[in-house]
Amino acid sequence: MADMNALLEVRNLSVRLNQADVIRDVSFSVEAGKTVAVIGPNGSGKTTLFRALLGILPYEGEIIWHRRARFGYVPQQLEFDRAFPLTVRELFLLKRPRAGFWLPSESVSALIQNALNHVGAEHLVNRRVGHLSGGELQRVLIATALFEKPDVLFFDEPTAGIDIGGEVTVYKLIEHLAEELKLTVFLISHDLAVVSRYVDQVLCINQRLLCSGAPEKVLTAEQLRALYGSEAAVYRHEHEEEEGRRGHHGQPL
Amino acid sequence: MSDSTTLTLVGLMIALAAGLLGIFVVSRRMSLVADALSHVSLPGVSLALRFGFDPFFGALGVLIFAVLGIEGIQRRRPALRDTLVGVTFTAALAVGILIGTDEGLLESLFGSIEKMDRATALSAILGGLLILGLTAVNFQRFAKITFSSEIAASEGISVKRSNLLFLLLLALSVAIGLKTIGVLLMGALIILPAATARNLSRTLRSMTVVTLMVAAADVLLGFRVAEQFNLLPGPTVVVIGALIFLVSLLARPVEQHFHHAGH
Repeated sequence: MADMNALLEVRNLSVRLNQADVIRDVSFSVEAGKTVAVIGPNGSGKTTLFRALLGILPYEGEIIWHRRARFGYVPQQLEFDRAFPLTVRELFLLKRPRAGFWLPSESVSALIQNALNHVGAEHLVNRRVGHLSGGELQRVLIATALFEKPDVLFFDEPTAGIDIGGEVTVYKLIEHLAEELKLTVFLISHDLAVVSRYVDQVLCINQRLLCSGAPEKVLTAEQLRALYGSEAAVYRHEHEEEEGRRGHHGQPL
Repeated sequence: MSDSTTLTLVGLMIALAAGLLGIFVVSRRMSLVADALSHVSLPGVSLALRFGFDPFFGALGVLIFAVLGIEGIQRRRPALRDTLVGVTFTAALAVGILIGTDEGLLESLFGSIEKMDRATALSAILGGLLILGLTAVNFQRFAKITFSSEIAASEGISVKRSNLLFLLLLALSVAIGLKTIGVLLMGALIILPAATARNLSRTLRSMTVVTLMVAAADVLLGFRVAEQFNLLPGPTVVVIGALIFLVSLLARPVEQHFHHAGH
C-alpha cells in the first residue's frame, strides 16, 4: 500500500474507549489536496477517527503523516460556558501566542478582519463568542481554524444550509478554500448529496472500514445498505427523486 | 515593615492569586471543585496541629494528594467527577474534625490576624507570586482549554498536563490563604472576584483586569472593616466580596440591554 503521493497513511488503526472497541483495524491512505468525507451511522466512530488522526486520543496501529501537517479543527459541538466573555477578536488572538493577547498590534487586527471577511463574518469581530448563533459560531470557527494556515482541515459535520454571504453554503466555502489554500480536507457528513458533489474520496465507517474510494464507486445502494442498514437504500431512492423535483439538497440521514 | 502593612500585602497577594485562578474556575463551572478543595485541606491542618508542624504544609500536602487522586480516578471514570468531589469534600471535613481537637483549628478554618508570623507571611507572598507568574505565563493556554479542550488538543496543547497544573495552582492558592483568610473561606475568595467581574465585563481581557481590581478591593475594604469593628478578617473579606458581587448583579441587566441595543 505504498502510495508515493500519500499525505496520510493509516494502518490497522484501532481505538478503544472505556474498554469498548470504537474503531477496529481501519486502514486507508489519503493524497495531499484531496477532500475526504467520512460517512457512517450515528455512533459508528467517525468523530473518534478524527480525534485519533488529530492526535487527541490514544490508539493502536499506525497513523503516518508523510509531511509535517498543521491541523485546523472545527468540532461538531462546543460545550463552553456561554457567559465566558471571550470575544471573536480574542478567540483569534489566542491562536497567536506571540501576537500580544493584551495589546494586539494593528497588523494582527487587519489579519483578523481579513480572515473574517473570507467567511462573511467581518461584522462579528467584537461580539462575544457565547452570544453567536450556531451558524455564526460555525463561520467564526472556520475562520479561526484557517487563521494559522493549516495544511489539513478537519470539519465535523458542517451544518448544511447555513448561508455564508448570500447563496454560498458552508460546503461551497470549504471547496473554495480547499482549492485556494491547497488544503487537504476531512469532513464528517450525513448529507450524501453533498458528499457526492464535493468530495474526492469517501470513507465508510461503522467500527470497521466498510468502503473507501471515489464517491461514484462507493455510494451505491448496496454499499449504503451495508453501512446504514436496509432503510438507507430506500432513503436514497426517495432522495434522488426529491432532488430531481426540487433541485435541493436532501435532508441529512 | 509594620504588622498591618505585612498583613495588607499578604492579603493582597492571596486575593490576587486566588482571583486570577477564579477567572477559569468560574468559566469552567468548577466552583464546586474550588469549594471542595478548601474543605479537603482540613485533615491536613488537623494533622499538622496534632504533630506540631506548620498547618500550611499539612494543608498543601493533603490538597496535592486530593488533586492527584481526583485526577487519577477521573481519568478512569470521567462520569464520576461530581460525585467524587462531593464525597471527598464531606469525608475530608469529617475526618478533619475527628482528628483535630486543638483550638488552632478554628483559626485555620476562618483565619486570624494574630497568627501572622514571618513564615506565614513569606509562604503566602512567595506562593502568591508563583501562582500569579505561572497563571500569567499559561493564561492563553488556560483560556483556550476553557473555550474548547478539543480544539486546544488539536493544536498540540497537552490538555491533561495543563489541567493538572491548574488544579495544583488552585490547591496552592487555598493553602496560602490558610491562616489569614481561613481555608474554608478560600473557595469564596477564588470565585467571588471573577463572578463579579463577569457581570461587569464584555471581553476576557477586561474581565481579567476587573477581577484583579475587585479582588484587591475585597481584601483592602475587608481588612479595614475588620480592623475597625474588631472582626475576623477572613469572614469580613468574604462578606464584603459577596456584597460587591450583589451590586454587580444589578449592573448586569444594563450591560445586557446595551448589548442587545448594539445589534
